[in-house]
Amino acid sequence: MRELELYFGPQHLGMVGNFSITLKVEGDRIIEAAANPGYLHRGFEKLMELRTWIQNFPLVCRINVVEPDPMEMIYAMAVEKLANLEVPERAHYIRSIYLELSRVSSHLFGLWAYSNMLGFDTVAQWAMYHRDLVLDLFEELTGGRVYHIYIWPGGVRRDFPDGFKDRIVNTLHTIGGCVPDYDAAFFNNRLFYERSKGIGQISQEDAKRLGGVGQVLRATGVKHDIRKAESYAAYNSIDWDIHTREDGDAYSRIWVIRNEMIESVHMIFKLLDAMPEGDAYKKVQNPFKWKIPKGEAYVKIESSRGELGLYMVSNGGDKPYRVNFRTPSYTHGLTILEKMLRNASIADVGNIMISLYVVAPEIDR
Amino acid sequence: MTEKIKKDRGSFLGPFNAVRFLWKKPKTLRYPFEPKEPALRYRGFHLNDWDKCTGCGNCADICPNEAIEMVKIPELESRPREGKKDERPRLDYGRCCFCGLCVDICPAGSLSLSRDYFHIHFDTDTFTFIPKNEILDKEKFFPAGEYSVLKASLSHRKKDYEGFSSDLKYSLFEPERVMMPQVEPEERKISFIEQVIGYNKEEAKKEASRCLECRLCEEACPAHLKISDYIRAIYEDKPEESLRKIFEDNPIPAICGRVCMKYCEAACSLRIRGEALSIRWLKRYVADVINDYKTAMELKPGNPTGKKIAVIGAGPGGMSVAYFLRLKGHDVTIFDSLPGGGGTMRIGPPIYRLPLEAIDQDVNYIASLGVEFRFNTTVGKDILFEDIMKDYDAVYLGIGMTISNSTRVKNADKCLLALNFLEDNKLGKAVEAGKKVIVIGGGNVAMDVARVALRLQNIQHPGKEILTQTVSLEDWDILPASKDEIEESKEEGIIFNPGWGPKEVALDEQGNVKGLWCKKVKSVFDDMGRFNPSFYEDQEMLLEGDMIIEAIGQRPDFSFIPEALFKKLEFTERRKVKVDENGQTTIEKVFAGGDIVNTSLDAVTAIADAKIASEGINRYLSS
Repeated sequence: MRELELYFGPQHLGMVGNFSITLKVEGDRIIEAAANPGYLHRGFEKLMELRTWIQNFPLVCRINVVEPDPMEMIYAMAVEKLANLEVPERAHYIRSIYLELSRVSSHLFGLWAYSNMLGFDTVAQWAMYHRDLVLDLFEELTGGRVYHIYIWPGGVRRDFPDGFKDRIVNTLHTIGGCVPDYDAAFFNNRLFYERSKGIGQISQEDAKRLGGVGQVLRATGVKHDIRKAESYAAYNSIDWDIHTREDGDAYSRIWVIRNEMIESVHMIFKLLDAMPEGDAYKKVQNPFKWKIPKGEAYVKIESSRGELGLYMVSNGGDKPYRVNFRTPSYTHGLTILEKMLRNASIADVGNIMISLYVVAPEIDR
Repeated sequence: MTEKIKKDRGSFLGPFNAVRFLWKKPKTLRYPFEPKEPALRYRGFHLNDWDKCTGCGNCADICPNEAIEMVKIPELESRPREGKKDERPRLDYGRCCFCGLCVDICPAGSLSLSRDYFHIHFDTDTFTFIPKNEILDKEKFFPAGEYSVLKASLSHRKKDYEGFSSDLKYSLFEPERVMMPQVEPEERKISFIEQVIGYNKEEAKKEASRCLECRLCEEACPAHLKISDYIRAIYEDKPEESLRKIFEDNPIPAICGRVCMKYCEAACSLRIRGEALSIRWLKRYVADVINDYKTAMELKPGNPTGKKIAVIGAGPGGMSVAYFLRLKGHDVTIFDSLPGGGGTMRIGPPIYRLPLEAIDQDVNYIASLGVEFRFNTTVGKDILFEDIMKDYDAVYLGIGMTISNSTRVKNADKCLLALNFLEDNKLGKAVEAGKKVIVIGGGNVAMDVARVALRLQNIQHPGKEILTQTVSLEDWDILPASKDEIEESKEEGIIFNPGWGPKEVALDEQGNVKGLWCKKVKSVFDDMGRFNPSFYEDQEMLLEGDMIIEAIGQRPDFSFIPEALFKKLEFTERRKVKVDENGQTTIEKVFAGGDIVNTSLDAVTAIADAKIASEGINRYLSS
């Protein structure tokens, strides 16, 4: 049969984000796939070298529009590590709660994308609505719905407003109360099973070898999570589980996401209970005079997509000398996606891609 | 098929679960008929309280998108002494990312974000916008009833709709200053030990790190020192560089670092909601660490010009004019009747505020540049003014105010005069203090006198009952002494009698001072705002005391100028020597500055005058 080159995205309807894949197909079967992420290069890492430590902070969240909060967190952590800053205990708890809220909102967004792609429009609408409820919480806490600009070096930008704890609990109860509906309509639905079982399958060895992280890795049975492995913020102070599956296919990945979301809700409840009183922010140096001693730092956290790393170098100035992000979508969207697409059918391209949860702007910063 | 897979597969009927949602109410809001209220912290368009805003420009400096520009507002006036500029921030909403860093850096707390976020317009110019608040801009803000979301824009906004606003606890600056270590009142009032201990390196760096570099202070300073730059150098641990920056405008940092009137701190943008930066103490820190300025300075006198200048008076003004002119290569000679440099600084500020070593530190450096000091030389007595006029190419009068005024009430001749008292004490002459001292006056000199008297009493009459009190025409609210001085005097146990005027010095049979009869003040100023005290003649009291010191002001002594020449010297309405923009008086080649010219009567204004006069003299000599 004749080989054909097929461009999938960035204008393709099945594509989410500014991303394209060049497929070499033979009939309906993909022989080779080459991912091309360069449609959303905004030069963040370079821009950050030209801005002071504090000025970078409204910028860094924009690297990942779906989930800006881990970006803020990792930037703050790197700066804190370089400048040797202490963060008040309460701020650790607020950060953890905030990051888990962000995980819930991000997973709901992912669920919207995936269920929408499979044609489950109703479920997609639910997920979008519930995500909006979480955004309402963010708006109340930080003043912004999408870009919160909330975690910054030294703690967080403002403490919880009055009665905010109750509103978190209410919102999470509302979302949690709908889990049976989600299960009946989507997760326990035969159609979902048939469309995702065995799709985009990867073995544990391949996942490790190709740099899989987050639910891609956990769906192959590896119990690995940075929140446990190298705990940060207040994750060490509560009990929680890492959820895994064995098969390494899209079905497993979506189930890991579902269970993680529920786990996050439980974590938030535990964190809210254990949260101490006190200050939420310890003042840092006046931004016009802030210089950070020479040094380099690598920090990593668990974003909703997996391990997110940041390498930062200071040469003693008022701006970072170099920042480099190691984002989960980088491997998922390039090496792992290309590997999974080999021998897949054209109809499954969107399915595989969205189940990997790739966010294009993360790949090419 | 195993059980697990069966369970995993689920049912085809599952989706029909969702059918019951058909009968539920929709969650979607029917915008704009059902608008959603933004959260209380919402980060929308800016609000700026112009009355609070100082125009410092910190918001423009921190904006990561350069969306804020400071623009001149014609209807505002610039008031540098109060730290107010006539500039206000202008936003470009094409660039703003609503991060709110501008709100968190705003030292005045004037800038905040509102909960408005709508603006639709065909004209892109409308996106640049100078924010005000609803009080100043009544036309653009509407109460809830009149506001319509359909018309919402930058010119149709909701009243009382503040969102993300400033919170000192989370601000990006430090409102509290690093405490200056001081000797405790109990300890300091029994000796002349220097009260302020001075910052150490860590404290100085920490205090310097608070500076936001808005430079409001530099405009407030009469001599326009490059404060921001020298503070930054302290922060960067480069005291030498800092000293060089100070010397560009002020050659007496050890003196000014202790007794400056610190107009800068009154203008500091941090003072509005916190404490001003300790600019004066930081200057002192630099002078303290670099004891010998020569090690840090690379200044050399300019090429010799052969011109000779006489400076009369080695006070802050005289020394500064000498320094600036010496750098230009002129030969400068300073005449002063005192045994050392510093002028009024040498005799006025007591040792616990300004020790002689600090003065000599500045004097010695200026002398090392080749300025000739002729101490113990009274012009008019040891050398005639006519001779100076003959021998020198230009003359600078920095003579200051050297005669203390007297109240001239009955028996006032039995009182001591402030400057004589302070001079004798500071220059080491024995001064007997009474057990009950009364100081007449409410200014800073009166505070100095009272605090010196208190120390002498404590040293000379240990264990005995002593009392130092002040009497001033001005009541608490208009007491002219600085707040710090009043507080510190109170801490040391000085009693204040504000609102009383002296009537007569009471004498006993032997003719010794017994006390002071005072009468209650009705008002200090008349309807025109001029100094013209009036009294309740029927309310009197006798303050008991065996020593009275008058500290009610000083005047200059022009007696050394021959009468013929003095006639040519013109004065202003406020009885100040008239000078032109070059600092030149109405007498040919005679320039003047300092207390005889300005009404501020302080060291840093004298330096400012000296800068003008030194430029003027240089122009005069080279023309």
